[in-house]
Amino acid sequence: MIWDVLGKLLHAFLVVGLVLPLMAALMVWAERRVSAFMQDRLGPNRVGPAGLLQPIADVLKFIFKEDVIPGHVNRVMYVLAPLMVFVPALIVFSVVPYARGMAIAPLNIGILLVFAVSSLGVYGITIGGWASNSKYSLYGGVRASAQMISYELALSLSVIPIFLVTGSMNLESVVAWQAQNVWLLLPLFPAFIIFLVSSYAETNRLPFDCPEAETELVAGYHTEYSSMKFAIFFMAEYINMITFSALVVTLFFGGYTLPFLELPAGLWGTVLSGCIFAAKVSFFLFLFLWVRWTLPRFRYDQLMDLGWKVMLPACLVLIVCTAGVRAFIWPG
Amino acid sequence: MRAIAAATVWADNTPGDYLPLFLLLGLAVLLGATQLIASHVLGKRGVPSPAKDSAYECGIEAETSAHTRFSVKFYLVAVLFILFDVEVVFFFPWAVFFGSGDPAGIFENRQALMQFAFAEMMVFLGILFLGWYWVVKKRALDWEEA
Amino acid sequence: MTAFFWLFAVLAVAAAMLAITRRNGVAAALWVALVFVCIAAQFVLMRAYFLAAVEVLVYAGAIMVLFLFVIMLLNLDEKEAARLEGPRLHAAGVVLAALFLTGLVFTVREAGLFEVPIGSQGSMLPAGETGNVARDLFLEFLLPFEIASFLLLAAIVGAVLITKRRLT
Repeated sequence: MIWDVLGKLLHAFLVVGLVLPLMAALMVWAERRVSAFMQDRLGPNRVGPAGLLQPIADVLKFIFKEDVIPGHVNRVMYVLAPLMVFVPALIVFSVVPYARGMAIAPLNIGILLVFAVSSLGVYGITIGGWASNSKYSLYGGVRASAQMISYELALSLSVIPIFLVTGSMNLESVVAWQAQNVWLLLPLFPAFIIFLVSSYAETNRLPFDCPEAETELVAGYHTEYSSMKFAIFFMAEYINMITFSALVVTLFFGGYTLPFLELPAGLWGTVLSGCIFAAKVSFFLFLFLWVRWTLPRFRYDQLMDLGWKVMLPACLVLIVCTAGVRAFIWPG
Repeated sequence: MRAIAAATVWADNTPGDYLPLFLLLGLAVLLGATQLIASHVLGKRGVPSPAKDSAYECGIEAETSAHTRFSVKFYLVAVLFILFDVEVVFFFPWAVFFGSGDPAGIFENRQALMQFAFAEMMVFLGILFLGWYWVVKKRALDWEEA
Repeated sequence: MTAFFWLFAVLAVAAAMLAITRRNGVAAALWVALVFVCIAAQFVLMRAYFLAAVEVLVYAGAIMVLFLFVIMLLNLDEKEAARLEGPRLHAAGVVLAALFLTGLVFTVREAGLFEVPIGSQGSMLPAGETGNVARDLFLEFLLPFEIASFLLLAAIVGAVLITKRRLT
């Protein structure tokens, strides 16, 4: 019993305490290098080979900066807000099967838990904006929460067709179904598009970064934040990007499997499956950056319109179509 | 697409399977708090100044409190979100029921169950869609309106 | 399991106490959110995983967010807040709370939940897994399910009408 608990703790610590932050750091580096590449610049290339150690230098700098808590803020809430964003971001990843038979918590309600926990991320952003007691922050926080709750509807509705097809909310069995049949991307392409677009809105990334909108709100809900507290907001955003990329891969791109490739049994197969998963996730992380430097920001009213008047009904129509096809034409 | 009999039957979880979530909760709080405390302890000691203690407004001094009243539109979005979220919650068990393959053997075959589930969701969804259509018709979600 | 039950039970009650004693509305709302998370943990202990997820998703993730919106953005100042206090409102609050508690105790007794030993699990809510919830909901309780959609429709119409009046 005690060894079981310790094993789970170690697993959780290795994946969420070490690998995820490391991936987030790599992503910060990639973001800067890729942006530079797309703008025909060099980007950070001095610290370590190809600038790879730059994120470590950044973190050290953040830690040694003055820890300013401005006088006009609500101190307790102001300090707690970054944590309230960071903690759900870390927990959500636990249900993702990142290699064969490997997930921190392989749960039957898998995807439902993802939505439940990630919906708690709204608190940190709203409270952060409110506690800062500054106009830019408050506007950013309120915009962010209204945007996140609007797209949460489309996000959770867009996965329903998957369960209509696979009959389970367990992510492991969604992957198993895809390995047996076909990547869900093919039969459910519209669901994939809706899920992808909504996940950009959920992570507050361009073209939906109205909550931060540098040109109008300075930095949105974290305008008044500095040093490590700012870094934690930043890290949570990157971890969310990784989690959502992992979810896209798991739900629509066969997870850790490849078609026509029989994974060898034993440790070697598990490692290979993990590598396949990481490669697929990397592509979607790159897509985040690619989109950022390709598309301009939506106006806030356009963003709300898209969420409520396009995505929501599109999801409902998609559910009806999928269920109708399954019930009358192709019971499978 | 072939049948998926094997993949749909999954062992029930035990409460113990949820233990990692709570371990993770503790771990995440610990990680975050460590970083905050580290930067508080190791950070440079600064000199307090009135500029640091005022809200950032691009160099102009803040004239009014940031806490002003917001447009009622934001409340409307939040209320509509709750209502639609409750409807979404019904979809999850329905999807599982739809694909469950009728383990209790109540229907003639899988397809009969699916058609039954399809019909009941059509009624539910129809009413929901009516609500959505009415909201759009009323221009309640038009951000620029009023 | 009993230890976990007590852990989350005490935590839930403590958080609820803190929620009703805070002067700051935002702090109170956050404590209530913690109550919901603790209750979700209790559902997990009773093997009602679907209910646990829904508790967090709907109550903590949606309803409390609306509360937070209202508290934060309505931004009552001291004078207005003072107008909302006084012996009559307090009395009304106590009466409502007493009524609610009576109803709760009655329901729990009718369901025979007082006989269930504390911390026991498994036998209590065998229908907690999603598949079982679904089977009950879409076969046995089909009519209430469809009626629920009418309730939600009424709520949508009400919400829009009230806010529309404010806007124009």
